[in-house]
Amino acid sequence: ARRGAAQGSVPVMESADGAARTMPSIGRLSRGPPFGRAQGRFGLSPSGRLLPPTPRSQENADPQRTAFLLCKQWTLYSVTPLYGFSNAHLRDYARLLSAFIAAEKQKGLAVEVGVELDIKVAVSSLPDLKGSDQDQAAILVQLSLRSPASPKTSEEKLIWSGWFCCVSGDDLSENVPEDFTCLPLFLANGAESYTSIVGSWFQKTFDCCFRRLAISPLNLSWMAAMWTGCKVDKTASAMELVFSVPCLPQPLDISYAIHPEDAKALWDTVQKTPGEITQEEVDVFMDCLYSHFHRHFKIHLSATKLVKVSTAIASAHCDGIIKFLQSQYLTGVLMLLTELAISQIQ
Amino acid sequence: HLATSLPLPSERDHLRPRIDLIAFMIDIKSKYSLKNVEASLAHVDASFFLGKVCFLVTGVGRVNCCSVEMNAIWKLGEVYCSPLLFCELELEGIRVATAQRLLRMLQICAGHVPGVSALSFGSLMRNSADY
Repeated sequence: ARRGAAQGSVPVMESADGAARTMPSIGRLSRGPPFGRAQGRFGLSPSGRLLPPTPRSQENADPQRTAFLLCKQWTLYSVTPLYGFSNAHLRDYARLLSAFIAAEKQKGLAVEVGVELDIKVAVSSLPDLKGSDQDQAAILVQLSLRSPASPKTSEEKLIWSGWFCCVSGDDLSENVPEDFTCLPLFLANGAESYTSIVGSWFQKTFDCCFRRLAISPLNLSWMAAMWTGCKVDKTASAMELVFSVPCLPQPLDISYAIHPEDAKALWDTVQKTPGEITQEEVDVFMDCLYSHFHRHFKIHLSATKLVKVSTAIASAHCDGIIKFLQSQYLTGVLMLLTELAISQIQ
Repeated sequence: HLATSLPLPSERDHLRPRIDLIAFMIDIKSKYSLKNVEASLAHVDASFFLGKVCFLVTGVGRVNCCSVEMNAIWKLGEVYCSPLLFCELELEGIRVATAQRLLRMLQICAGHVPGVSALSFGSLMRNSADY
């Protein structure tokens, strides 16, 4: 091991008398190696990243099948491997989950009071959403409300969706025993109460653990750089970066909008090797944007916290919220998010 | 003495006591702090890098707010042959422990600990991080 003052994701600090003590468990502060598969060494992030090529499965895929995933706000979670999960039992899982939700409703933990809620659960597989052949096909869970007025008609309103996926998660799936299924990324859209009920059922049934996946400013700047380089057919929307200014009595947010063509032109001068991005290139790209801003407004954006990145491809918020805007880059974005989820698990 | 950047203003040079240790503070939540430190390093006399400089990296408890790429920080320690201390100022225990460490280092750099020089201590600190 060339470097690392620490093993694992908790830094070990030497105190004044030379004894090594681990940092105390800091509940509200975040843990874990910054961006990238640091493999237990504190602070190592990848110096370069390969741009995802279009996976074979997606070339033949019908974009209509995944169109419903676009333009929706998804909250991100990392999920540890599921024990005893099988693709063959999806209908059974739907039935069991439905019973669980009904039971929770009885207990009074469900959402609304006074309205007879008939919630239908559907669990299906999305085989197109994977990166390599080793990846597990994505699993989609949907909760729909059957109209109480006319239960005979199959009029159902989708009230909550959540899906598990794994795109190019070989790092994780290769190291996991047989009975485990690796679907490290979970995305949810809908009321938080349903996310919590569905999450508890999965945690109980498959002995896994869900954790909110936050995105650091470092990771967000990677996304900004990667997505700026992507080609879009129709007129792209402006690239927007939102910064939060710390240490002020009143919170202040700065929104920096950049014309997409200018951003792409800048990125094209920075990126050297096609198909690959290095940390240096991301730094140069962001520094150019920051110095441009400083020249006009005399504000050092590098001293603020980057909280949101929006491009024509997707938009991402540091609280772990993502919106996919282009189906052709869906897998590419998922690959990056899978990587973040895996590094949070490890 | 606390300063936001170097060089120190020349007006007070004659009133300033001898400087035994320079601790550069880098907040991983602020890219600007890294840039500031890099710029200030250019104003430090080379003799300080014989054990009288260290980098104090703060904010390590908030990995989800990390704006600085860690490789850059490791490289800084390597290039300037100076130790890196990691801490989280928001936690009192760590704050106190870190202060004690710095105080100890300062005692050594000021020559108050017999038998241990700043240079030997500095190389000891660096080697222990590279196992």
